[in-house]
Formats: sequence, C-alpha cells, structure tokens
Amino acid sequence: MYLEDTQVTQRNITYDVNPSFVLMDVDGLRVVVYVYELIDGEGVLDEQFLQLQQLQDESSPNFVSEVVNIYFHESEKLLRNLRGLLLDRDFSDYKKMGIHLIQFMGSSSSIGANRVRNVCVAFRAASEQNNRAGCLRASELLEHEYCYLKNKLHELFQMEQQRVLAAGI
Amino acid sequence: MSHISTSGMLCLVTTCGLARDALNLLRERKGGYDIVISDVYMPDMDGFKLLEQVGLEMDLPVIMMSVDGETSRVMKGVQHGACDYLLKPIRMKELRNIWQHVFRKKIHEVRDIEILEGVESFQMTRNGSDLYEDGHVLCGEDLTSMKKRKDIDSKHNEKDTGDYTSTKKARVVWSVDLHQKFVKAVNQIGFDTTSLSSFDGAMTGSVCLAEVGPKKILDMMNVPWLTRENVASHLQKYRLYLSRLQKENGFRNPAGGIKQSDSPLRDSAGSFGSRNSINLQASDVSNGSYRFSGSSLVVHNEDLRSHESDRKRVVSTPVAQPKRTLNVDVPNPCILRSSPMEFGHPLAPPRSELDFGAFDSTFPTKYPWCGIPEIQRKIEHDPLHLNGGFSHPPLPGQKQHTRAGYPQPAPAISCAVSLTERETGFPVKAKPSFNQRRTNMANHQAVELISRSTSSTENQGLNMNCIAELESSQRNINLGMPLFTTLEEDLQVCWIPADCYTNPGLQNVEVSEFFDRGLIKDEPVHLNDELRFDYEFYDPTEYSLIDQTMFIA
Repeated sequence: MYLEDTQVTQRNITYDVNPSFVLMDVDGLRVVVYVYELIDGEGVLDEQFLQLQQLQDESSPNFVSEVVNIYFHESEKLLRNLRGLLLDRDFSDYKKMGIHLIQFMGSSSSIGANRVRNVCVAFRAASEQNNRAGCLRASELLEHEYCYLKNKLHELFQMEQQRVLAAGI
Repeated sequence: MSHISTSGMLCLVTTCGLARDALNLLRERKGGYDIVISDVYMPDMDGFKLLEQVGLEMDLPVIMMSVDGETSRVMKGVQHGACDYLLKPIRMKELRNIWQHVFRKKIHEVRDIEILEGVESFQMTRNGSDLYEDGHVLCGEDLTSMKKRKDIDSKHNEKDTGDYTSTKKARVVWSVDLHQKFVKAVNQIGFDTTSLSSFDGAMTGSVCLAEVGPKKILDMMNVPWLTRENVASHLQKYRLYLSRLQKENGFRNPAGGIKQSDSPLRDSAGSFGSRNSINLQASDVSNGSYRFSGSSLVVHNEDLRSHESDRKRVVSTPVAQPKRTLNVDVPNPCILRSSPMEFGHPLAPPRSELDFGAFDSTFPTKYPWCGIPEIQRKIEHDPLHLNGGFSHPPLPGQKQHTRAGYPQPAPAISCAVSLTERETGFPVKAKPSFNQRRTNMANHQAVELISRSTSSTENQGLNMNCIAELESSQRNINLGMPLFTTLEEDLQVCWIPADCYTNPGLQNVEVSEFFDRGLIKDEPVHLNDELRFDYEFYDPTEYSLIDQTMFIA
C-alpha cells in the first residue's frame, strides 16, 4: 500500500490515514491502492467528490475534470461578483450577496469542496447579519480556500495523469 | 439532452439554465415530460413560483433542490406543492428514487378521479382494481422507458414516445382563459346549499363534492374537450391554492398551532399502494370519529383539524427532521380526506375579514363553503381578484405524496460518512442542514413500511439507529440555524451503524458497495445546475467548450 500525499512524496502507511478518496489500481495480482489525503487534517474534498469519481467511466472518461472545470469557471464568476459587491463602499445589498453565496455553496457541496462550502456558510451568516466586516473577512477566507482547492485539484489531476501514464507503460 | 439510467430505467433529461426556458419547453411539449426538478434560487425566477406554475399548468410532480435546508424553506416548498425537497449535494441514490414520484402521481390521478365519482363502496372496489391495473401497466412501462423532466435552473427530461399507460390522460393546460371560466363556474355553483350527505367518513365530503363539483363545473364551463377528470383535479388544486392564500393572509385557525408534531398520523398514512390506501381509509374513520358528528361546529373544526392535521403532518416532518429529502406530501388518506375537507377553505377568498369561526354558527352545512352567502357575495363581487391572483395559480399540489414507502438505506450510510467528515470541518457551519440530512434519512428509515431497499438487514440495523437519531436530533433541529453548535453534540448523535461507517477510512467499503450493486453511472446531470448559477443566460455552446477543455497541467 502506498500513500501518496500532495507534496508528491510516497510513503507506506505508517500513521492513521484520513483519506479523502481512494484509487485502486489493479495490475494482475498486484493491487496498488492510492489513498489520497488531500489536506493536512481537514477534508478539502469530501465524500461527494468520491461520488463524482464514480460517475467517471469509459463512456465519460474525463468526467471529473470536466465537471471540475465547469465548477472553476462558475466559481470565478461568483467570486468576481462577490468581490464587486464588497468593494462598493455603498454596498448594502446583502440579499444579493446571499444569493451568490447560496449558489456557491450549492455548487461547492455538489462537487465535494468541503472547506469552500464551509467558508461560504460562514460568509452567508455574516451577510445575513449585515456584518460588513465579517463579510470582508469571510471573503478573504473564501478566496484563499478556493485558490487552495484549485491548486490541490490541479495537483490531483496531474498525479492522476502521471499514474495513468506510468501504468500504461 | 442527455440520458440517465436510474434503477434500470432510462431517463431522458433536458436541462435549462433559466426558469423561463424551462416553462417554455414545458408548454411547448405538453405531456412530453414526467417530472420537473428545479433549483430554488434561480437567476430569473423564484423556484417556488416555477413550482406553482408547473404544478398548475402542467400538473407535473416537481422536486425542489437547494443547498439551503432551512425548515422554512422546505415548508415553503411543500406549501407550494413540491413533492420533494432535496438538499445539495444530491446523492445518486436520491435520484434513483425520483421515478417513484411520477409513479405515485399517476396512481393518484386515477384514484382521485374514481373517488370523486360517487358511491363509496363502489369506489373502493373500483379503486382497487384500477390501481392494480394501473400499477401493472406502469410497472411494466417503468422498466422500459420513463420520461423524466429535470428542471434544474431548470432541466427537463424529454419524453421519448407516446403515452405509456393506457390510463394516462392527455395533459390539459389550464390557460388563463380556461381557468377564468373555471373560476366563474365554481363561483356560480359553489355556493348552492348542499344537503348533508348521509355518508359517513371521508367519503362524505367527496360525495358532496361530486354532486356539486366537477360535473357541474364542467357543464357550466361548457368547454367541449374538457373532461370531468380534468376539472376535478384542477378543482383540487384550486382549493389548495385558496386555502394556502387564506393561511398566508393570516386567518385564525381554531384548530390550533401548526407546529405540532403529529407523527403518528403521518406514520399511519405513509404508504402507497391501493391496499394501503384502503386501509388508511379505515384508519381515518377510526381516528376521526369526531368526523361523524352532525354539528356544524364540530365538523367545521374537524375540517380545519383535518386540514391542519394535514398541515401538521406536513409540518411535523420538518420539525422532527427538517427534511433532507422531504417527501412531505400529504399522504394518501389526506388526499382522500382533505379534498372534501378543503372545501371549507378554498372558495373563501383570501380576506382577513373572513372569520372562519363565523361560518360554523351560521351554517349547518358540513362544508363552510356550501351555502355561505357572505363568501358567495364576496366572491361574486370580486371574481377578478381570484382570477387575477390565479392567473398562474400557485396551488400547493394536491398531488403530494409521501415517499414514505421508499426507504433509502444507502444514502443514510453515505450521509453518515460525509457527516463525520464534516464534523471535523469548520466550527461555524450550518449544522441543521447536516442534521436534516441525517435525520431525514433517519426519518425515512423509521417510517417506511414498504421496503424497496436492496438489503433488508441493512434496513433493520439502520432503523434502530434512525429512531434514536430522530429523538436526539430533534433538539438540534428546533434551534434553527445555530452557528456554533458544539461539535461534540453533533458527534454524539452521529450515526453508528453496525457497519462502522463512522470511520472515514471505511469509505472504501461504501464505495465498493456502490459498485457491487451494479449501479450505473448516472450522468450527474444534477451537478450541472448549480454551476449555471450566474445571471448570464445559459449558453449551451459555452458548456460544450468547457466540455472539450482537457484539463492537463
């Protein structure tokens, strides 16, 4: 069994794993299980991402990456909107912000982006209280988490590709 | 357009990014869709409005979905006629059960028609046999092709072929004109005094209705191509709509508060199938002995009570388990029982000055709307009010069906897993939404009578956990949206099914379970919706561009 973490080091499982998802590579009699722990402790991706992966098969071989790309695309739109709202000094339309956030929450949760979703929840709570400072802080966090997620997913796809290539050779 | 395969059925899915597109599609191809799945928050239209319109114009089951699982939202969905309310992220398992809503609706359509026709005993036998026939036909067809309409920011499933059941009626679209004729006819007829029927029980109202109702309305409307069944089902919805308007206008409810947990009623009502519905009829009679009282006051209260108990039934679900998948439809007996009962409400215009209590004292008729000159006058004087308000009449669909018969053991498990993970996340989160999912699953487990599950042992184990879950989670639910619920509290009530799903490391087990069941990969059409949440018009070409984008670092 190999554990591959996102710093691209491979090591045997010597400690308790908090897997985010698992890939099983069956090669004849040898099974290699790649246990992905995407983040240092808190799940960046949750079980929903697993469900997403299950939907990928021969008929839709790039399904996960397609969906994730759509998610990125839409999320960036949302983040732009949110940023725009907050930068406006006269901003008072918290309801609109809430709607953006609900959408962001929905899409993030559907893709399994656990931490992004959680930040959205906190963000939305702040917006419901018309708490501008809270919203600003949450917005920072959100951008951070989103970037982090994006990077991790990029790495994941990279690793996946390498693995596929390696297996193919 | 895409295909999903769920439960061995092929579903054709049509998706839309905007509600108005969805409505156009639905209107263009009447009878071309079987079910609509819609998001709550959409850029161009409120999901609830869409829900109402679809329910009224096309009489389709509508499923709402949102990441927002707040009780009030879900209740709103129910009141507007949703037959289900899914919380995002949506699990595959939930989608696999969607066809049951369609199935149930078909069954009820037939049954409702029969019931409104007349004699009680005759009804029952006919119902039984008809249902059996229908069930047969539908089952057979289900296995081949089922057209689902998915409406997510909206999506639709397109229909493949023609009607697949012999009893399926062509869908009547209630245009504004048609509806105005309907309302006029209703107003004219509706207030003739009706004699107290000698029938007992739930059928009394429906017999009453039958006498005054669809047939007369149909005759008065004088629309040749319209059938009495069409009118009957529309009448039901109209009543619900009016009663809902009344409630919204805050008329006093002598039956008491809404938020009373009333689960026993719901439980007893929670199955589908002709056998069960007939049984429930019997239980209704026994439960509602008060119903037989001749006094108008008692009867009236009973009207409200039954309506309220419907409401309670509906609401008790949220209180107990703020739905994850809310099948809070008024269960079968309610449909039977409440349709006559609802007469009390619907035709009373939504005016606050209407004192419902006054009806009792003045009129001896069983149903307040029968022969209440006040209301009659009011309505007659202002038919436009109702008509206008009803132009796209938002009726809470009568066709709300308890999905109690559809246990979902697997989703419960998956929820447990995800919950344990989530518990370790941000301290500030919408706990109730997790609780809702958990407890809603739990609720289904506890309540369901018929098992469609793949593993009975699984069910049993989970049932016990569910019940415990329900009780302990209630206090969480009732707090609304506590942002800082203690993690410990949640963890305590976390599922600990025998299969030890609390250990996230065992996710693998669950994953393989999916495969073991030989389940198809559904194309997760549902996932696409929330990605289309921008205010921009949904552009299919845009999607296909993304499609082709290979993500390679």
